[in-house]
Amino acid sequence: MERRYLLGNEAIAHACLESPVDFICGYPGTPSSEVVDILRGQPERHYYIEWSVNEKVALENALGAAWCGIRALCTMKHVGLNVAADPLMTSSYTGVTGGLVIMSADDPFAHSSQNEQDSRMYAKFAKVPCFDPCSIQEAHDMVRDAFGFSEETGLPVLFRPTTRICHSKGDVTLGDVQVSGRTGQFNRDPRQYVVIPAHTRVLHKKLNEKQATIKKRLVELGYNKAEVRGRDAVIASGIAVSYVSEIIPSTTSFAKIGAYPIDETWLKEFVSRHERVLVIEELSPFVEEEVLQVAGTIPVFGKKSGNAPYEGELSPAAVGRIMKSAGFATNMDFPVADPPQDVPPRPPILCAGCMHRAAFYAIKKVFREGIFPSDIGCYTLGLQLGGVDTTICMGASITVASGIAHSGEKRDVVCTIGDSTFLHTGIQGLMNAVYNNATMTVVILDNRITAMTGHQPNPSTGITACGVPVPPVSLESICRSCGVSFVETVDPYNLTLMVNALKEAKERPGVKVVIARHPCVISARRAGISRRPYEVDSEKCTACGTCIRFGCPAIEMAGENAVITSGCSGCSLCAQICPTGAITPGGRK
Amino acid sequence: MKESYDILVVGIGGQGTILASNILGEACMIENRSVKGAETHGMAQRGGSVESHIRIDGRFGPLIAPGTADLIIAFDLLEAFRYSYFLRPGGKIITNSRLVVPTSVFMQGLPVPTEREILGRLSDHELCVIDAEGLAEEAGSPLTQNIVMMGAASHFLPLKQESLVQSVSRLVPPKTLKTNLSAFELGRKAGSSC
Repeated sequence: MERRYLLGNEAIAHACLESPVDFICGYPGTPSSEVVDILRGQPERHYYIEWSVNEKVALENALGAAWCGIRALCTMKHVGLNVAADPLMTSSYTGVTGGLVIMSADDPFAHSSQNEQDSRMYAKFAKVPCFDPCSIQEAHDMVRDAFGFSEETGLPVLFRPTTRICHSKGDVTLGDVQVSGRTGQFNRDPRQYVVIPAHTRVLHKKLNEKQATIKKRLVELGYNKAEVRGRDAVIASGIAVSYVSEIIPSTTSFAKIGAYPIDETWLKEFVSRHERVLVIEELSPFVEEEVLQVAGTIPVFGKKSGNAPYEGELSPAAVGRIMKSAGFATNMDFPVADPPQDVPPRPPILCAGCMHRAAFYAIKKVFREGIFPSDIGCYTLGLQLGGVDTTICMGASITVASGIAHSGEKRDVVCTIGDSTFLHTGIQGLMNAVYNNATMTVVILDNRITAMTGHQPNPSTGITACGVPVPPVSLESICRSCGVSFVETVDPYNLTLMVNALKEAKERPGVKVVIARHPCVISARRAGISRRPYEVDSEKCTACGTCIRFGCPAIEMAGENAVITSGCSGCSLCAQICPTGAITPGGRK
Repeated sequence: MKESYDILVVGIGGQGTILASNILGEACMIENRSVKGAETHGMAQRGGSVESHIRIDGRFGPLIAPGTADLIIAFDLLEAFRYSYFLRPGGKIITNSRLVVPTSVFMQGLPVPTEREILGRLSDHELCVIDAEGLAEEAGSPLTQNIVMMGAASHFLPLKQESLVQSVSRLVPPKTLKTNLSAFELGRKAGSSC
């Protein structure tokens, strides 16, 4: 037993070592990424671990391992579960023999996501148990025990922490790290693992029969628990439990939902002992709908009554407001405090020296009137440079581009996609665009790393999750084998070459690919690469604003002139675009 | 009434707010106290505005409600202003004297308050302004500004000085220990006049 101050994801990773887990995979996605990153970085590993190329691939890998009787963890962010939904929906039919825990991290308020979907819906859809922790300690304890629960029920378990669990910190009591010694062995059983209609109909019935037992067990195990203390009751789930705990009076009853499916008999018994019930949870009215089913004539407050929001994340103050608006007592009042209105925003920005900025600059220069579908990665920040017209989900730059190109739209369509995203779900779109004879340009922004989520390696990096060298995948060969005849690779730090490659692509028919390749500036710095910073000659600077519009965070206006700050990475791009030649290398590295 | 001492550490992604919050958390471990916190990770870190919530003796959720923070430690003056509404009446702000103007201000020609205007707007609060950049350079590395700020804040934290120093020693890279301890000490001296 040890007590440490840990990030939620660190505590989750440690719980896997305590369980212990035998097989780990996933695809990076905020706020889930650190779990695999921490486990792959352990000095001694008694388990197999990989970064998979996408979430569907990851989940199928994990499923195969769990069918061999070993314990498997598969991590992703909530939207990754959409990609993995196909295997998920049938994995509940086949079940597992070794414990399988699927971590799908939700992101209320969409801190780093394209939507606010609620993974609990998937658990209900697939009919698998779902754990929804209210604190880091509970997240740790749930994951430690979830593998056993998966084996007990023979079903995958969906573990659904949210951003405020994954990226919160707190004092956590940890157990000892264990070594399992398990080895996988596949026992042939076609009735279980081959889901032809004759088998799957039987499996579906068995899955449905399991549900009642699961519901009861989740109450017995204390994941769902309630305390009757008065005539008003608050029912909360997930992180909202922590917020409610701080302000709920001791005379208000409190039920805590930590796992699904909820036992309706237990829930009804609790609800029926109260005059009014308030349900507090983030995102969907998931618990609330269950409560409404059993409440009869007892008034239920929550989202449907207009007291709580359907979107965004909750907070202590938000929970206080909800309780107050529903007429429930609280033991703390939160002041009204509004942010000052006149502070300029400071959104995240592409780094000084980022290759994406150069690529967007060149694209905008060559395709002034172009349409620019883009994708999910750091380069989505190209929005600030006018280089991003659409993003929807992983891999959708190429597919949306071909859709626009076939729509009758006359302007040039130029899409951008990162190396990791291209390998995740971009290839099929490229194949489809070539097959269906679209006219468009694809720019692969190849910085050789999955940068946004914390620099995880991918097949283009040339090393595995554990640092073992492997042959890097050739993006050029993939594109050519999809049927692309124009595939040009250029270093976007050389703007002239980059512009020329794009000009050539513009003149040609069909699908063209330009691979803009340069290492991520953060990876390069970590690898010890440093360049001489640049400086502005104030005599030559005419304050024309060209370098300012370039949007580099190392360039500022000081009085009448542009200046380059200590943040300069020495990429030279501002010097290449300065019309008066006022920017030159200066100083020491 | 809340039982925790609530601190908001704010700054710009890359300035070391996460290390600062780790130092506070580790110091709580050294003193065997409970602590909860929340941080900004992921893309928002890329040069964006970032906030770390730390609730010393916190037992519940990690988030601090606006209007209830006991202390704000700001690594950038503009960020001190942005998050000042989190402070409770009578709370304290310890801020770096300098500010980095957001790149979007230059690109879009947005108005930005001057250092003087910000200090005026913050004058309702107890304010402690530290030349973190100057002191970090004096300590030997501009990268130690976050440790300078922790040193300055140490007077107002409900944590023992020894716990904080021990925590810094545990968390900074061994090669940089001497510089960081010197940064902490210089910050502490500067903070003593607040």
